[in-house]
Amino acid sequence: MNIDHFGPYILTLVTFAPLAGALLLVLLPRRDRDIRVFSLVISLLTFVLSLHLPVHFHRSLSGFQFEVDRPWISSPNIHYHMAIDGISLWLVVLTTFLTPLCVLISWKSIHDRVKEFFILLLIMETALIGVFTSLDLFLFYFFWEATLIPMALLIGVFGHERKVYAAVKFFMYTMIASVFMLAAILWLYAQTGSFDFVTIRDQIARGAVSNFPAAAQWLFLGFFLAFAVKVPLFPFHTWLPDAHVEAPTAGSVLLAGVLLKMGTYGLLRFNLGLFPEQARHNAPWIMTLALIGIIYGALVAMVQPNMKKLIAYSSVSHLGFVVLGIFSFTQSGLNGAMFVMLAHGVSTGALFMLAGILHERRHTYEISEFGGLATPMPIYAATYLFIVLASVGLPLLNGFVGEFLVLNGAFQAKPIYGILGATGIIWSACYLLWMFQRVFYGKVTHPINNSTRDMLGVEKAAVWPCAVAALGMGVAPILWLAAIDPAVQSALTPFTQVVSKVVGQ
Amino acid sequence: MTNLPAILVQAIPQAEDYVRILPELVLSVFGIVVMVLDPLVDEEKSQKTLGLIAFLGTLAALASTWYMAQSPGLAFSNTIRIDSFSVFFNLLVIAIAGVVILSSFEYMAVQRIRAGEYYALILFGVVGMSLMSSAIELVLIFIGLEISSISTYILAGFRRNEASSSESSLKYFLLGSFATAFFLYGVALMFGATGSTNIDIISQKLQSTPAAVLVFLAMALMFVGLGFKVAAAPFHVWTPDVYEGAPAPVVGFMSTAPKAAAFAVLLRVVFAINAPGRFWFLWVAAALSMTLGNVGALVQTNVKRLLAYSSIAHAGYLLVAFAMTTPENSATGISAAMFYTAAYAAMNVGAFAVVSHFANAGERYVTLEDYEGLGRSSPILAASLTIFLLSLIGIPMTGGFFAKFYVFSAALRANLIWLTLIGVVNSAIGAYYYLRIIVAMYMREGRKEVPVTPIPFGLGLALALSLLATLYLGLWPNRVLQMTRHSAQDLLAQQSPASSNVAQTPGSTAIPQQ
Repeated sequence: MNIDHFGPYILTLVTFAPLAGALLLVLLPRRDRDIRVFSLVISLLTFVLSLHLPVHFHRSLSGFQFEVDRPWISSPNIHYHMAIDGISLWLVVLTTFLTPLCVLISWKSIHDRVKEFFILLLIMETALIGVFTSLDLFLFYFFWEATLIPMALLIGVFGHERKVYAAVKFFMYTMIASVFMLAAILWLYAQTGSFDFVTIRDQIARGAVSNFPAAAQWLFLGFFLAFAVKVPLFPFHTWLPDAHVEAPTAGSVLLAGVLLKMGTYGLLRFNLGLFPEQARHNAPWIMTLALIGIIYGALVAMVQPNMKKLIAYSSVSHLGFVVLGIFSFTQSGLNGAMFVMLAHGVSTGALFMLAGILHERRHTYEISEFGGLATPMPIYAATYLFIVLASVGLPLLNGFVGEFLVLNGAFQAKPIYGILGATGIIWSACYLLWMFQRVFYGKVTHPINNSTRDMLGVEKAAVWPCAVAALGMGVAPILWLAAIDPAVQSALTPFTQVVSKVVGQ
Repeated sequence: MTNLPAILVQAIPQAEDYVRILPELVLSVFGIVVMVLDPLVDEEKSQKTLGLIAFLGTLAALASTWYMAQSPGLAFSNTIRIDSFSVFFNLLVIAIAGVVILSSFEYMAVQRIRAGEYYALILFGVVGMSLMSSAIELVLIFIGLEISSISTYILAGFRRNEASSSESSLKYFLLGSFATAFFLYGVALMFGATGSTNIDIISQKLQSTPAAVLVFLAMALMFVGLGFKVAAAPFHVWTPDVYEGAPAPVVGFMSTAPKAAAFAVLLRVVFAINAPGRFWFLWVAAALSMTLGNVGALVQTNVKRLLAYSSIAHAGYLLVAFAMTTPENSATGISAAMFYTAAYAAMNVGAFAVVSHFANAGERYVTLEDYEGLGRSSPILAASLTIFLLSLIGIPMTGGFFAKFYVFSAALRANLIWLTLIGVVNSAIGAYYYLRIIVAMYMREGRKEVPVTPIPFGLGLALALSLLATLYLGLWPNRVLQMTRHSAQDLLAQQSPASSNVAQTPGSTAIPQQ
């Protein structure tokens, strides 16, 4: 075992490095090029720092690692408590991986208020990492709400035509939903005297929380509502297409890549962790909603004339898989859910970047405006195809592994869930490949498309890392699952009645 | 001397009696100095000079508050008590006055208002508010209330050539006097019921004898008077009109300092007297204020009116902390309410400082439309206003967030589940109208030509102070929380002398019981 000197500090460093960068950026003069380079350096530095986590992570252990726990406010009893386990580990790395790519993809597309844009992007990164690393419920809520402002501003200031509507809708939807979580957190504090996740979980498990049985269902729903809107689970998804279509590319990438995962992460960590009994009790209707989300999202995606909206609805469908996996309460289902979260982050992030590249050139997302693009833009078309196939779930690429595991888990829970869920894969092949065909194949239908430039260097630098990651995750999923599996196993201990079977063992 | 009866000897003020009203004395002296100097200095120069003297006055008063805090105790025949509770509110109202004076320099020059009376009135108003925070004698509280109200009535009408300002002043004056009369009536009834106007004695009387109907009525009437001062529903109707017409820095002042002082009195009346039957009207007033304030603000297009409704809503959140019944909960409730007053003061004074700078001559630019594109033309002002608004929404890292968090946490500890739910839903709805200002500043391009002037030094300092306070209270609330908890214990200790020894922690200041 290698000795880890940074252990207690690394999470703080990773979380606040982007914020420190943002503060320095405030002081920097408004020379756009310097600002871009500086943001890239900061976000790459954060990524490198975050690689410390998987390198020094003890994969055999199921508990929390790199823990730091300091009193922050004495009364109410709030701690600066951060730690990660196999569930949050990769989400942190996913965030730090996507942010430099967001900087790259915004290199050319953001000309106005460059400084503000990158400050917001870096603040956003800190808030996102904080959500995944904090174990104190106050701290968690702190970061959770902190993600709202930079995102709403990214959409509202740098977005497209209906940006104000989309930004306000995004903000209000998530804000209203999260105050119910706040009420639930405060109730838990009132009864337990602690905001600490581990303490509260153990107290609930021991039955030491007074009035808990009467309130448990409401608490579960309080947390659930906040997370369901974020995921977004059908029927709470209507903010998502608006937000995506209006957001600048980098905003969409972070929104789909990481922000939505806050919801599924929350479901897994808090709804399953704190209220296992209620989770089991409510699973049937939640899984039904997830299935509706998978199929409905896919069907709506199919008829979208707007490329970005299509990808947005495909997110609704994919995130349905995640929820389906989580509420199957099987080892395989949860492993799969975690894997879909990561895979979706990488490939949908890349899809949004690709859509952004096209918008750069033609200032539209309408699929009918394109056609035959494979001729003028061969490299772009090839990259696009690769990512589409990853997203569809072609074996040896990342989408396949996760969906397979989820469906396997869903079958174990109830065969009908697996069967209905499996249709989602077919639908996703339909809408993505059909869209691909309409955009790239055949003759060039609009003469203007003949002169569209192929991918630039900076765009390749932004998208290709995603393609590499997609291939890596598809070929050697065990590299990721090795850390996820023990954490999932311990998350499932309250659900012991379920016979757990790990696929591939 | 020795021949005098004992009661008279007691009544002769001692040196420490004066120490215990030192801030009030200092403020009065500076107020008088400003008034005397006013005709002597050249009108062009007077703005800065007199303002600076007034600001020095608040600094001196802060120092004397610190000095006063070293010798806690009773003064002037048990009419004044200096403990950590009164020190907290003294510091708060004086600090608010200081920041408001700083932010007024430029405004006075732009609006062409003669400065002398203005600064003197602010200082005299603070004298009244300080008295309100330290008095434990209802009649003295009433006098403090009158001193503070009368100066704010006049301040509200300071834009003399504007009809709206005169309307604001007159409306505030008429309704305000009506409300203070209610308070006085309540005091009289309380005297009738208990035979005393001293809060300590009333509290002891009420514990030993069952409460008469008269006590309920007295409490209700006093609450009407104080509810008006803090703009709590259903006594809030005056707020938008008065805030709209009054000069912007004055609104920053009167939406925070007199409110803080009135909340101090309300805390004393509600918790120290511990009169029965107060729970439900506090509950209803809290729920109504939150809801009416937020709903009213949703449709406003004038920023001052919008912030007026928001101040009603915030009074509602604050009142949530008052609806506590058991002693343990009361301590958290008092502490939460005190923290909220401080956080609210920091963010609201800051927000109005920006509004007053941006309003320009004759307060022409105060609608949401005027704020469009401010993010581009005046990035620093827009960014600070954004932080204040985020704090008013209750977004993490700001004092407003922690204050709300603490209040709702206290409420849930007291099992006020419905009130908490009404509160959190309201704070989510409230986000919408604050967001409208942010949207206007950043997400729309200015259509109108709105002049942007550079930020003068005084305003810059005022903004920096409010920003620092807002962020400090949001990130490191520990120190202030310790102070408020300490104060809460001091306040509750008076109410039941028997249990006070048990309740007091070793660190808290022991007040000699008479």
